[in-house]
Amino acid sequence: MTTILLIEQVLNGLQFGVMLFLMAAGLTLIFGVMGLINLAHGSLYMIGAFAAAAVAAWTGNFLLALMASLIVAAIAGAIIELTVIRRLYDRDHLDQVLATFALILIFSEATRWVFGSFPLFLNIPDALKGTIILPGGIEYSLYRLTIILIGLAVAVGLFLLISKTRVGMRIRAGENDREMIGALGVDISVLYTMVFALGAALAGLSGALVGAIQSVEVGMGEPVLILAFVVIVIGGIGSIKGALAGAILVGLTDTLGRTMLPVIFGTFMEASSATTVGSALASMLIYILMAGVLLFKPTGLFGKA
Amino acid sequence: MISTKTKQTLKAVGAATAVALAMTSGAMADGHGKVKVGLITTLTGGGAALGVDIRDGFLLGVQQAGNDGIEVVVEDDQRKPDIAVQLADKMIQSENVDILTGIVWSNLALAVAPAATAQGKFYISPNAGPAQLAGKGCHKNYFNVAWQNDGPHEAAGAHAKELGFKKPFILAPNYPAGKDALTGFKRMYGGELAGELYTKLGQTDYAAELAQIRAADADGIFFFLPGGMGISFLKQYSDSGIELPVVGPAFSFDQTILGAVGEAAMGIHNTAQWSPDLDNAASKAFVESFKAEYGRIPSIYAQQAFDTANLIASAAAKADVKDMDAFRAALLEADFASTRGDFKFAPNHHPIQDFYVREVIKDGDVYTNKIIGVALEDRQDVYGVDCKM
Repeated sequence: MTTILLIEQVLNGLQFGVMLFLMAAGLTLIFGVMGLINLAHGSLYMIGAFAAAAVAAWTGNFLLALMASLIVAAIAGAIIELTVIRRLYDRDHLDQVLATFALILIFSEATRWVFGSFPLFLNIPDALKGTIILPGGIEYSLYRLTIILIGLAVAVGLFLLISKTRVGMRIRAGENDREMIGALGVDISVLYTMVFALGAALAGLSGALVGAIQSVEVGMGEPVLILAFVVIVIGGIGSIKGALAGAILVGLTDTLGRTMLPVIFGTFMEASSATTVGSALASMLIYILMAGVLLFKPTGLFGKA
Repeated sequence: MISTKTKQTLKAVGAATAVALAMTSGAMADGHGKVKVGLITTLTGGGAALGVDIRDGFLLGVQQAGNDGIEVVVEDDQRKPDIAVQLADKMIQSENVDILTGIVWSNLALAVAPAATAQGKFYISPNAGPAQLAGKGCHKNYFNVAWQNDGPHEAAGAHAKELGFKKPFILAPNYPAGKDALTGFKRMYGGELAGELYTKLGQTDYAAELAQIRAADADGIFFFLPGGMGISFLKQYSDSGIELPVVGPAFSFDQTILGAVGEAAMGIHNTAQWSPDLDNAASKAFVESFKAEYGRIPSIYAQQAFDTANLIASAAAKADVKDMDAFRAALLEADFASTRGDFKFAPNHHPIQDFYVREVIKDGDVYTNKIIGVALEDRQDVYGVDCKM
C-alpha cells in the first residue's frame, strides 16, 4: 500500500467521520439536554435528503436544496417535538424508544406514500463535480473535500454557539440542572423545541449532503442511526466534543479497517480467503472498538461519570 | 427499515365473490382445484423497489392468466431473514398456502426455501438462486424461474473477456449472492485480476474501494451491487475521476435504479436474461400491459415474477396442486409463453436460457436498456451435477 493511497484513505475516513458527526451531534445534544433517546433521528436524516432531492428536481439549484433540507428537517423536528416528544421527557427510556420507533414507521410509510418506493435522483452540483489534485499528487473528490469542510465548519459553529452565546449557556445549564434553569425563569419548553429543531436540522443537512453521492430512498436513515449511536456511546453521551472525537475515530477505523485488513491477512493467507476473512472482520471492527472503549472508560471518552 | 405489516389478500380477477366461488367450484369439479400462493417479498425499507416490482409483476401475471382458482397472499419480509421465516411458517401452518414465492434476497431464500420444501410445499423462486439450492441442497419441490445466481455474472465474465479486459477489478457484497457473483464472473472470464473485494451488505460509501481501484492499475471494473448499493457506487464512481470501462450484471443497471443514477450509468454494458426491448410477442405484450397498469417500464424483477406467475398458472391448468407429483411434472414442463422466448428447466429445476448484453440508453427522458448482443446461449448452471433428487 503506497503512501498516497494511505493518505487518500485517511481523507476518506475523515469525510465519513464528519458525516457521522453531523448525525451524532444532534443525537447527543438532544440526549444531553433533554435526556431523550431519539430513534427517529434517522427519519429526520431521510426527510432532509428527500426535501433536497425534491427541491433540486424542481429548481435545479443545489444550494437551495441544501437550505430546504435544513429548513424542512428543522420544521419536522419542531413539529414532532411539540406533538409527541414533549410528552416523553418525564417517561423512562423504554417509553421513549417505543414512541420514537413508532415515529420511524410513520415517517417511512408517509415518505413512501408521497414519493413512492423507488429511489430519487439527487446529484452533485456541477461546480463540485470531479476531482482536484491535492499537494503531494493526491487526486481527491472535490465534493468529498467540501463535505469535510462543511462538517468542520459546523463543528466550529456548534462549539461557538455552545460556549459563547446566551442560548449556548442555557443549553449547558439545561444539561447540568433542568429544574434549576426553569426556576430561574428560562422558558424551558422553548429551549427544548429549539434544541430539538437544531439537532433535526443537522440530521437533515447530513442527509442532503450524503444523498448527493448515495441513494435517496426510504429507510436510508436507519443504518446511519446505528453508527451514530455507536459514535455517541464511544464519545460519551451528551458531549459534543465526544461526538466529534467518536465520529472521526469510527470513520477512520471503519475506512482503514476495510482497506487494510484484507491486505494484512493477504500476507499470510491465500488471496480470496484473505478477502473474505478481512472484510468479515472489518465489518465488526467499530463494534470491537466500542467494546474496547467501554471496557476502559464506561462513560465514553468525554462522558461525565 | 421497518414498516407496517402489509397484508393484502386478493382474489385474482376482480370478479364478485359469488361469481368467483361459483367458478372455482366449477373448476374443482373437473379436477383442477384452487391454488393458494404465498408471496413473501421486500415491500418496505431498503430494497423495497425490487420487492414491489416482483409483487406487481406477479399479480399482473396472475390477473392475465384468468384463472380464478389462483389466490395470492402478499406479505412483507422487510429484508430480514427471521421475519421471512416467521411469515413462511405462518403462511404454511395457518393460511394453508400450496406454493411459496417472492423472495428477493439469497440469504432470505436460503432460510425460507428449505423450510418450505421440508414442510411439503412448493417454493418457486422469482429471483434469488443461491448455489446451495442448485447443487447439493436441491429439492424436488424447489424451482427457480429466474436463474442460478452465477448466470448473469458468468455472462458478464464472458463479455469482459470478449471486450479484451486484461486486468479487471471486481467487487461484490459479502453475502451468498455476492460470492456467487464473483465466482461466476471468474469462471467465464478466466484471466488475471487487478483485485477482488467483498464490501459490506448495505454499504453506501465506496470512497475506500474507489481509492483502491485507482491504485490497482486495473483496465476495467466488474461490480455486482444491487439496489441502493449500486446507485451509491455508480454516483461515486462517476465523480471519482476514474475512467475505466465497466461491465456488470443487470442488477446494478436495472429499471428500478436507473432513474436515481441518471447520466452516470449511460453506455454501460450489463448482462441479463431479458431486456424491455427483447423481440418476442410475450415480452412485448408484457411490457405494454405492465406500462398500462403501473405507468412505468418493468424491471427484470417484474419480468421474472411475471414468468413465475405464468408458470404456476400453466401448471394449475394441467394438474391439481394437492397431487404434488402431477403438479411438479406440470411445472417441470414449463409449458408457458416465457417473456424470455426459449425457456426450459434443467434437471435441477433451474432454467436453461440465453443471456444478453444490454447497454444503458436514454429513450426520450427515461433511462433504460437495449440489447446489443448475446453473451451466452442456452446456459445451464454448473451446480446441477451435484444435485441428486
